[in-house]
Amino acid sequence: MSKTNVLDTAVVQRRDLMRGGLGIAGALATGAALSRPVFADEAPLGNYPAGTTGSSIFVGLCTPLTGTYAAAGVDERKGFELAMAHLNSGHELIRKISPLTKTGVLGKKVEFDVADSEAKPNVAVQAQSRFISEKKAIMIAGSVSSAVAVASNKLAQREHVIYLPLVSGSNDTTGKDCVRYGFRACHYAYTAAAAIAPELIKAFGKNKKVAYLTPDYTYGHSVTGSMQEFLKPAGWTTITDQVCPLGAPDYSSFLLNIANSGAEVLINVNFGNDAVGSIKQAKQFGILDKMALVMPYLSPFLSKEVGADLMQGVYGTTEFWWTLGDTNPMAKMFVDTFNAKYGYKPEWAAHVAYMQVGLWADAVEHAKTFYPGDVIASYESGRTIQTDLGPVKWRAADHQLIRPVVVTRGKKPSAMKTPDDYFDIVALVPGEGLMQAPDAFGCKLGSVT
Amino acid sequence: MLSWPNFISQLFNGLALGALLALISSGLTVIYGTLGVLNLAHGAMFMMGGYGGFVTYQYTHSFALALVGGTLCVLVIGVVTEQVLIRHFYRRPPEDQLLVTFGLGIVFVELVRLGFGSLSLQVSPPEWASGITRMGFLIYPTYRLYVMGIIAVALAVLYLILYRTRIGMIVRAGIEDSGMVDMLGINVFRVFMLVFGIGAAAAGFAGIVDAPVLPLTPDMGDQILVETFVVVVIGGVGSFPGAILGGLIAGEILSITSMFNPSYSQVMLFVVMTLVLLLRPQGLLGQSSRT
Repeated sequence: MSKTNVLDTAVVQRRDLMRGGLGIAGALATGAALSRPVFADEAPLGNYPAGTTGSSIFVGLCTPLTGTYAAAGVDERKGFELAMAHLNSGHELIRKISPLTKTGVLGKKVEFDVADSEAKPNVAVQAQSRFISEKKAIMIAGSVSSAVAVASNKLAQREHVIYLPLVSGSNDTTGKDCVRYGFRACHYAYTAAAAIAPELIKAFGKNKKVAYLTPDYTYGHSVTGSMQEFLKPAGWTTITDQVCPLGAPDYSSFLLNIANSGAEVLINVNFGNDAVGSIKQAKQFGILDKMALVMPYLSPFLSKEVGADLMQGVYGTTEFWWTLGDTNPMAKMFVDTFNAKYGYKPEWAAHVAYMQVGLWADAVEHAKTFYPGDVIASYESGRTIQTDLGPVKWRAADHQLIRPVVVTRGKKPSAMKTPDDYFDIVALVPGEGLMQAPDAFGCKLGSVT
Repeated sequence: MLSWPNFISQLFNGLALGALLALISSGLTVIYGTLGVLNLAHGAMFMMGGYGGFVTYQYTHSFALALVGGTLCVLVIGVVTEQVLIRHFYRRPPEDQLLVTFGLGIVFVELVRLGFGSLSLQVSPPEWASGITRMGFLIYPTYRLYVMGIIAVALAVLYLILYRTRIGMIVRAGIEDSGMVDMLGINVFRVFMLVFGIGAAAAGFAGIVDAPVLPLTPDMGDQILVETFVVVVIGGVGSFPGAILGGLIAGEILSITSMFNPSYSQVMLFVVMTLVLLLRPQGLLGQSSRT
């Protein structure tokens, strides 16, 4: 008990200690169990060192296991679980991303727990706060809704704990709501739009009339805004933007407006069950017979749920598609390992969860400490990292991973080789050329302390 | 999207949306009116109707049988729930009733999730009702037209049961004064069981009727439950005609507002509810004197 008290005191006094340059004294008070000496710039910060003194560390995942985004959330959990198992066993695949990894992270076993965010920011923040305060989480992760990602970003910055948003499409996550402690690896509205727009113009021509179906929160407005920006130069005009609530059960009134709008293309930004419901109902209203459907930010499992019939010819972007494994042995290894354990081909929520854990392990191993300041510096060092998407890099200025975007087109049912073979990969567009200037969306990362 | 054709389309669509809300709300309101229990598991009943129908459809490939299967399934669940749990809460304070039905809703949703997973399931509209119907400039999914007809029939059946049968008479008398009904030597508890079952079955029936339109997920009842409450408040708590009127008004609000500003359609629903609560707290067709 006495050790805990000492730690608490140390945390309370951390600012004074740092200001006075007395970090060494703090370290002496707390450092008995540490594997290496703690220096002046490693005064207690967040859950460091409190969460790292034992033989294991704790990380928390908060993902929607219920609600509109549950399917993606469950996939995300599996990807995360697989990564944790691989870290603790020192599996070959995770070591390809994080070559310094032996077993665990810095030799410590990684323990984790999963909480249901219901895709609601307040629920997620509560659960993550518990992970941080009760379990002394050294890293937190998880999101399918960008509203959750943005809220968790803020929590992470306040609590000085590394946060990994997993599925988050809004420009804001590494834009105006970016934080020093948050690192996003998936593609997002701007890069999705930049990657898919040229393909759409190539396929459908110039000067098209477009109807948007936009979920009413940061993600929806972000994707619609970016799509409009990239399609405008080719003369694609917005005829109507139907903004609908997240989790809407019935789209009939929005779809009637679209049906009567005279649009030629329907860009549907909905995600999760909202995407499934709106596509299914659009078909029933005859909209898909007279308009081309585009899903700029493809939801995991969408094809499985609405069926290849409705998805044939539909353009979209995704973070990962399993046929990348046909040309990339590392992607194949991930798909096969995942499939062997869970009995289906991983969707992109699982993929990004796995990759993010690998990238985090890599950052920590290179930092050689869990001290957040050094881990962040390691993330920001501009190192090239091998992944199953090819080499990637973190952009130091906004903590966005520079990574390719997969543009897909739905296959005809007759062209599918296996029941999971829903998409042709139209393009794998390198990330560098797709990204905005780091400050274009007003990112100010904030300080480490 | 302001144009006459669109306005007429939306007006019509409001009717279709409203019919569904009316049916689900009538189940909720009849249970509340008779038993005094606000059933927060009503959304889960709607959802289980959908899943019950889905399972029946898997085995029989008949949509008509799915309708029967889904409804019967929820009727049985409703009756069992009332017998095992709800009846012990009639004399408990309202907050206990709210808590137990709320918890029950969560249990039902999680049980279905355990059995069927989180991925949405699809029920196709029956062959004879798929496709699009053109009515002049108005284009409307054929299945949704059938839905309006099916729901009109279902509401008529409910009306006949409530207003033209002995059971209905007892139920309505029970709404007015359950103590007096009891004193007349009628077994009120048996009637309560039946009412809970019928009320749940109305939601279950709506669930399978709506399954070809919505993706079938364990959470599909959540949003519907909220809208249903709004309908019941607008129409008058405990009033069967009020549920129908409230449903149609809610449907029209959702549809018409979307024409002017889609993002305000849900907000308008609550604005109207607030107005009703301010100007006529008992709801449009509710009675203020009932205790």
